[in-house]
Amino acid sequence: MQKNTLISLRNVTVEYDGDQVLKNLSLDINDKEFVTLLGPSGCGKTTTLKIIGGFVNPKEGDVFFDGKRINGIPPYQRHVNTVFQRYALFPHLNVYENIEFGLKISKIPEDKRRPLVKEMLALVNLKGFELRKIDQLSGGQQQRVAIARALVNHPRVLLLDEPLGALDLKLRKEMQIELKRIQQETNITFLYVTHDQEEALTMSDRVVVMKDGNILQIGTPTDIYNEPVNAFVADFIGESNIVDGVMHADYDVTFAGKRLPCADVGFAKDEAVDVVIRPEDWKVSEPDQGQFAGVVESIVFKGVHFENIVDAGGVKWMLHTTQQYDPGTEIGLSILPFDIHIMHKMSEEEYDVQEGGEE
Amino acid sequence: MKSKITASPYILWMALFIIVPMGLVAYFAFTDLKGNFSTVNFQQSVGFAPVIFNSIWLAIIATAICLIIAYPLAYHISRSTGSRQRTFIMLVMLPMWMSFILRTYAWMTLLENNGLINQFFGLFGLGPFEMINTTGAVVLGMVYNYLPFMILPLYSVMTKIDNSLIDAAGDLGCTPAAVMRDVIIPLSLPGVNTGITMVFVPSVSTFVISKLLGGGSTMLIGDLIEMQFLGNAYNPHLGSALSLVLMVIILICMALTNMFDDAESKEGMLI
Repeated sequence: MQKNTLISLRNVTVEYDGDQVLKNLSLDINDKEFVTLLGPSGCGKTTTLKIIGGFVNPKEGDVFFDGKRINGIPPYQRHVNTVFQRYALFPHLNVYENIEFGLKISKIPEDKRRPLVKEMLALVNLKGFELRKIDQLSGGQQQRVAIARALVNHPRVLLLDEPLGALDLKLRKEMQIELKRIQQETNITFLYVTHDQEEALTMSDRVVVMKDGNILQIGTPTDIYNEPVNAFVADFIGESNIVDGVMHADYDVTFAGKRLPCADVGFAKDEAVDVVIRPEDWKVSEPDQGQFAGVVESIVFKGVHFENIVDAGGVKWMLHTTQQYDPGTEIGLSILPFDIHIMHKMSEEEYDVQEGGEE
Repeated sequence: MKSKITASPYILWMALFIIVPMGLVAYFAFTDLKGNFSTVNFQQSVGFAPVIFNSIWLAIIATAICLIIAYPLAYHISRSTGSRQRTFIMLVMLPMWMSFILRTYAWMTLLENNGLINQFFGLFGLGPFEMINTTGAVVLGMVYNYLPFMILPLYSVMTKIDNSLIDAAGDLGCTPAAVMRDVIIPLSLPGVNTGITMVFVPSVSTFVISKLLGGGSTMLIGDLIEMQFLGNAYNPHLGSALSLVLMVIILICMALTNMFDDAESKEGMLI
């Protein structure tokens, strides 16, 4: 797939009342891509979105759109539309008028507006809702009106600020698939903000993991999940066991009192590292046949799997199993070399932007 | 049942001090001095049509000026931060903590021929300007006294307009002027409606302001009614009839405002 950079943030810094919310941030977003900004609240992801929307102006740094610098250009002159966190639908207008709003503002004649609005209503499955008042709609329907209202203007980029946050789990899952479908049908670049790692992994072409105004990692969902750059990313993207370890040489690590082969290279000799193991990667065997011998301490039924806490090698490991083990059962645990993820220890100050898995 | 009991003090109040006096006013209006049924009072009222029209006209001017001053101010306050909002609203309300009469007297001393304002102009060899006892002074008094009643309803409606709606309108291509036209004004119409009613009604019926600042130069319907009860022209029957006329005028004006309001929202629906 050819890559056409549509939006570029270059060394962008934003301050609110002396607090730096974005620190020297650089990011490229390609045309027709679904990019998700993922991070805990206060990490600067919404601010990044607002810079592109034109609602926040960076203190330092440049914003480029299609090669042109757009710092200071007001929102109404940008080819960008936003789906707001609380939808921000106009309460004095009905569904049809809300969707039509942007077209009317850009003075598209009535007879041209009508088919465009109808097309959008069909796209978001809201045919027949034209005359409904906004307060007569459910959360999911309001959300779809908000998407239609933004998309009808055929923006180059659609910005979505936690649009599914207010919906219940089932609806959220449906809307995730719906959004991905809409993105593929309309061929518009989506920039999506969420704190929900599952949402990010489900929909995105690329995920940008952020913390404290910095980008920690950029990569495809599989890269981010399988090769997190540090313990924070690993912990934020799904559940994980994180323990201290020592990397003796390439492919050779010690953790929890065991020296094991692994798949990682490029560490200093005897470097102190974080070892991350996903709960679902453990292989369970008879007590004497595993790399670790452990005792099941507790077990919780989670629906698809059981979540066990197992004491082995002096560490309490979380593991997911499909089989039920009573607390007190002795089991053996093994891990394959490529399921052991080794990460440099990172001090709070030295977050480097790691381009994980870009080509 | 329960709600009836809790409402009973007010129902009693309403019966004693609103319904009964209204009945009395109606009774006086439709009887002559001897107590016989008659429409003579209304026939007499017609003779005062110029006064009535003048009252309405001045009240409309005062209401319009209040709206023009209050709208941008209320919008500005509603977009300010919390502490600034409280300070502004405090400043708007502050004059209302003082007696209405006192405030109006204060304007007298300001506007007098040798009052503060003319003394100031005198320093530059200008004036004195004739300001007190003019129609302009009456309108000024109305605007000054009733401005808070325009600002407050506008402000309370405007604070409910979420900033994200303004962002959304900008996002969809609205210039700041278009945001005003297509989002802020339609959403603040209920406040405009309330504000107009709350300024127009006291303005059209005032007599203190015209008496103190107009000094007899401007006769309003309120003055006329007062004269029938307290003045030399003592005639409560005519006074009552004029009061009823005033009530009908106010009702018509309010109905017109409401119709305008409905038309606005209907128009919005059709487009």
